[in-house]
Amino acid sequence: MNPILTVAGKEFRDDFRNRWTVALTILFALLALGIAWFGSAASGKVGFTSFDATLASLTTLGAFVIPLIGLLIAYDAIVGERDDGTLLLMLSYPLARGQLVAGKFLGHCGALAAATLAGFGLAVAIMQLMQPPAQTLQAWLHIGRFILSASLLGACFVGLACLISVQTVDKSRAAGLALIGWLISVVLFDLALLALLVVSGGNPVERAVYPYLLLFNPVDVFRLVNLTALGDGAGNDLLTGMTAHHTYSPLLLYLVMLAWATAPFAWAMLAFRRKEV
Amino acid sequence: MNHAIEFEALAKRYGTLAALDGVSACVPRGQVIGLLGHNGAGKSTLIKLILGLIAPSGGRLAVLGQSPWRAHALRRRIGYLPESATFYASLSGRELLDYLARLKQAPRGQAQALLDRVGLAHAADRRIGTYSKGMRQRLGLAQALLGSPELVLLDEPTTGLDPQATRELYRIVGELRADGRCVLVSSHLLAELEPHIDGALILRQGQLLAAGSLDALSEQAALPAQVLLRPREYAMPELIARLETGGLSAQPRADGRLELQVPRASKLRMLRELLADPAVVDLDVREPTLAQLYDWLGAGDRSTAEVAA
Repeated sequence: MNPILTVAGKEFRDDFRNRWTVALTILFALLALGIAWFGSAASGKVGFTSFDATLASLTTLGAFVIPLIGLLIAYDAIVGERDDGTLLLMLSYPLARGQLVAGKFLGHCGALAAATLAGFGLAVAIMQLMQPPAQTLQAWLHIGRFILSASLLGACFVGLACLISVQTVDKSRAAGLALIGWLISVVLFDLALLALLVVSGGNPVERAVYPYLLLFNPVDVFRLVNLTALGDGAGNDLLTGMTAHHTYSPLLLYLVMLAWATAPFAWAMLAFRRKEV
Repeated sequence: MNHAIEFEALAKRYGTLAALDGVSACVPRGQVIGLLGHNGAGKSTLIKLILGLIAPSGGRLAVLGQSPWRAHALRRRIGYLPESATFYASLSGRELLDYLARLKQAPRGQAQALLDRVGLAHAADRRIGTYSKGMRQRLGLAQALLGSPELVLLDEPTTGLDPQATRELYRIVGELRADGRCVLVSSHLLAELEPHIDGALILRQGQLLAAGSLDALSEQAALPAQVLLRPREYAMPELIARLETGGLSAQPRADGRLELQVPRASKLRMLRELLADPAVVDLDVREPTLAQLYDWLGAGDRSTAEVAA
């Protein structure tokens, strides 16, 4: 068997063994069901509303949670082996260093994608059973898009975690850097853009540039993929403000997500080749 | 191709520090060779170079006939037991060996055979986290033998092993030699290692102090043999005087015996004379040990003074 798949298989099974996959499946299912039932509690109504309303809320929540999980599941991929003293042994086996990183990346991405599919799939199945709504093909497409983009978002941050793991010397530093990475991509990046939007006051040239600035953050691309498909920016102020006069090609958005999923990971592979052991 | 490992003017520098400074030697196939030297002597660097984990800064290195740097496929033919080996604590011994066997493309079923061979079959399905140090070390030996490697590198393999397990380990090392494989053993425990090796590479501060068979090294060092004599009662002063006339200084020991250092060249003649001496009741000859050879070479000397090699 290809060594990448051998390593990926081990990491995938380890995530199962460590209860990561099961815990995430339950978390995703509970989040989805909770939002579906209590999402409109503010308007005094409890109970299932619609898939689209649920997806809009889930996208906002997923944009916070999934990056954090991607980073947590993989920040110790390489540095953990270094700390535990198993890295030298692994490297004495007939596999290239890039193959070790690639196997770990694929294994964790696979576990995260499986949990996403199982968790949200379970929630959708329960919703169907409890209160069968009249589903349109459109709604199923939105659900499929959400699960695919959530898995890609997870892969972006697993890749970033692999890069952090290769470049740091111990686990605690890697954990610190992972949290900083999360804070930047989930909170600070959007805050900076909002500030820019307010300060510039709608200069036409700048407004032409804003929609592209969002592509520099995979979290925003994830929101764009889902919320623009649901229509009207689905209540997200930043997206509404930034993209009022812009329509994105869905293909471009997926390609950007794919680039975000592969770039940090490819960088991690190259960087690890040059590391002293 | 008679040599498992050949290196010439091999150097590895980290900045200004020379971890290995132009060393040259050959390690023949079918032999067990000790890799000796204090911490910082360059042993680990040499092992990493042989495994192709680091690139040499200079010189030439051939392992099983090819350059090891980034030669991943070559590592299928090499087994390695790292110093104080640690493994994934959440896996069982069998799961670990199965995983590593897949990476090494070793035959199916070899993992079980190796667990039997190192005496871990009873604990094969227990988590490695529950293993004792000695059990982990035996598991480490088992993984080093996956894929029946032609070259086996053992870094401090007996650390944490009890005497019985140590004997078992060296029995397996003997089997590997009989099978024509080359084993390079790095160890600080010279007395324990000595009976099991054919030769040694001795490093100090990145320099190769000596390389060769133990016989050749002893010959080169010409260290005296130690002879312990038990004299007949009341004959001690007379015997000491006689030995001194013959040019040997005898030191009385607390156990009532006399200790002599007999030069290699005159050893047989001296022994014949001593055996014929009526004042001698018993006699015990001790050849120079690996540890004495090591000290003589100055390998244990951490100073920068040149050794009288």
